[in-house]
Amino acid sequence: MIEKLTKWARLKSPWILHLNTGACNACDIEIVDALTPRFDVERFGILLKATPRHADVIVCTGPVTRQTKDRIIRIYEQTPDPKFVVAVGACAMSGCVYRGAYNIIGGIDQVIPVDIYVPGCPPRPDAIIDGIVKLLKKLEQAK
Amino acid sequence: MKKITIPIGPQHPALKEPISLRMTIEGEVIKDADIRLGYNHRGIEKLAESKTYIQNIYLMERICGICSHSHTTCYVQAVEALCGLEVPKRGLYIRTLVSELERIHSHLLWLGVAAHEAGFDSLFMYTWRDREVVMDLLEIISGNRVHYAINTIGGVRRDISEQQKEKILEGIEFLRKRTEYYTNLGTTEPTFVARISGVGKLPKEKAIELCAVGPTLRASDVASDIRKDDPYAVYDEIPFDVCTADTCDVLGRVVVRVKELIESYKIVEFVIKNLPAGEIKIKAPRKVPEGETVSRYEAPRGENIHYVKSNGTDKPERLKVRAPTLANYPATIEMLKNGFVADIPLIFAAIDPCICCAERVVELIDVKSGRSDIMTFSEIKRKYFCEKKRETL
Ligand code: SF4
Repeated sequence: MIEKLTKWARLKSPWILHLNTGACNACDIEIVDALTPRFDVERFGILLKATPRHADVIVCTGPVTRQTKDRIIRIYEQTPDPKFVVAVGACAMSGCVYRGAYNIIGGIDQVIPVDIYVPGCPPRPDAIIDGIVKLLKKLEQAK
Repeated sequence: MKKITIPIGPQHPALKEPISLRMTIEGEVIKDADIRLGYNHRGIEKLAESKTYIQNIYLMERICGICSHSHTTCYVQAVEALCGLEVPKRGLYIRTLVSELERIHSHLLWLGVAAHEAGFDSLFMYTWRDREVVMDLLEIISGNRVHYAINTIGGVRRDISEQQKEKILEGIEFLRKRTEYYTNLGTTEPTFVARISGVGKLPKEKAIELCAVGPTLRASDVASDIRKDDPYAVYDEIPFDVCTADTCDVLGRVVVRVKELIESYKIVEFVIKNLPAGEIKIKAPRKVPEGETVSRYEAPRGENIHYVKSNGTDKPERLKVRAPTLANYPATIEMLKNGFVADIPLIFAAIDPCICCAERVVELIDVKSGRSDIMTFSEIKRKYFCEKKRETL
């Protein structure tokens, strides 16, 4: 019963945490853009949260730098189960132009498991919204 | 009273990007502040040495997502100077047009963020809604909302058509009306003014001493703008004013940026109306002759400097980037001191920090022993003060 209720709540209003792991800022701005009047994801119940402890979905941007690696893992562990990760941007997928730099480990999936990839450099806010909506569909199907 | 040190960041609600601040506080008052960088350090300068000049344009663009055009322009200017290229007028005009549109988008974005930090969320939503108009214009011109990739060595990659000109003028007209409304709102709305005036004081002498740049400096009543002081592109042909404010606080920084918005609209209109005919680019050689050069550019946040050293091949030997945010850090620490804990986000936001821009490692090499250290801010300060003390002894 409780499970059903939480699943329903999660589908109706996923709370997201925005995590910048070394991005160039463009992806981050596009995520914030998605929250502002033109795109307005709040109409889908999507809310931006400040702490990982309140979040259902972690939206990651940027390649993983050596300095943030441990912190990403810590933030991932702080997020309550079940948690989902969306990798936004070419950097979060593979490292983009920074691939090969000494301080870059690679995409987010090198460190934590990723559920949805949103390609683009940076992806448009519509694409990001589309990604999160697809994630919701995935959740719905998963029992 | 006991002193307490509180860490803020790297992941913190008040910060949009990873950076770590360490505040030493006494009660509610900040006594000392320390900024720790490196979370966003990607090693771009080193990476640039392994890419060709053309590839580097796209890498430079991705130093920062807000002032992407600033970094590419600064970089291509340096390379053009090394090659001795004379860029066609039309190319320079289009470059200028994009850089002013970028300034508009950046300042609108900042205005929203500052309003958000001051607890004025409706202004945040308003400015970001209007910002979409500029984003659309940039998309019309370049095909992308954020990374425009319009610059190339020797000119620009895309031309502007008559329809696009019309669209741009329409957009600017709309934005001008909105900005007049914000000017009214931002400088007269009593709660907002009460929240931001007197916060984050940076007196004129201090601002000069600590080498602040951009709107932060201009808000301390120093009329310094690279576009006027050392004109690049076609700024020497364009009439515009340098905007300053004399309140030296966050209010001043808001006023300067809003005034600059109005100036930018003027520049955009001037550029559109006086766009010369002709080529937009000339062919650039693949290999760049030996030499070194420094290029300066007034980014939305202040002076941006690129240093390029070439060794005659198709890859640069050394590329150094000094982004404006880094230059503003010492001033920020000064602003934070003796402020209140609740003002931290506001003061920090007021310099319009762009952390990904500033992430260059400071490497200090001891000349005598040849030992090199990567240092944090506090260590530099400590070292600097120790040496100063020794001098006086
Ligand atoms: S994917 Fe592109 S826009 Fe996004 S953080 Fe990476 S370089 Fe920046």
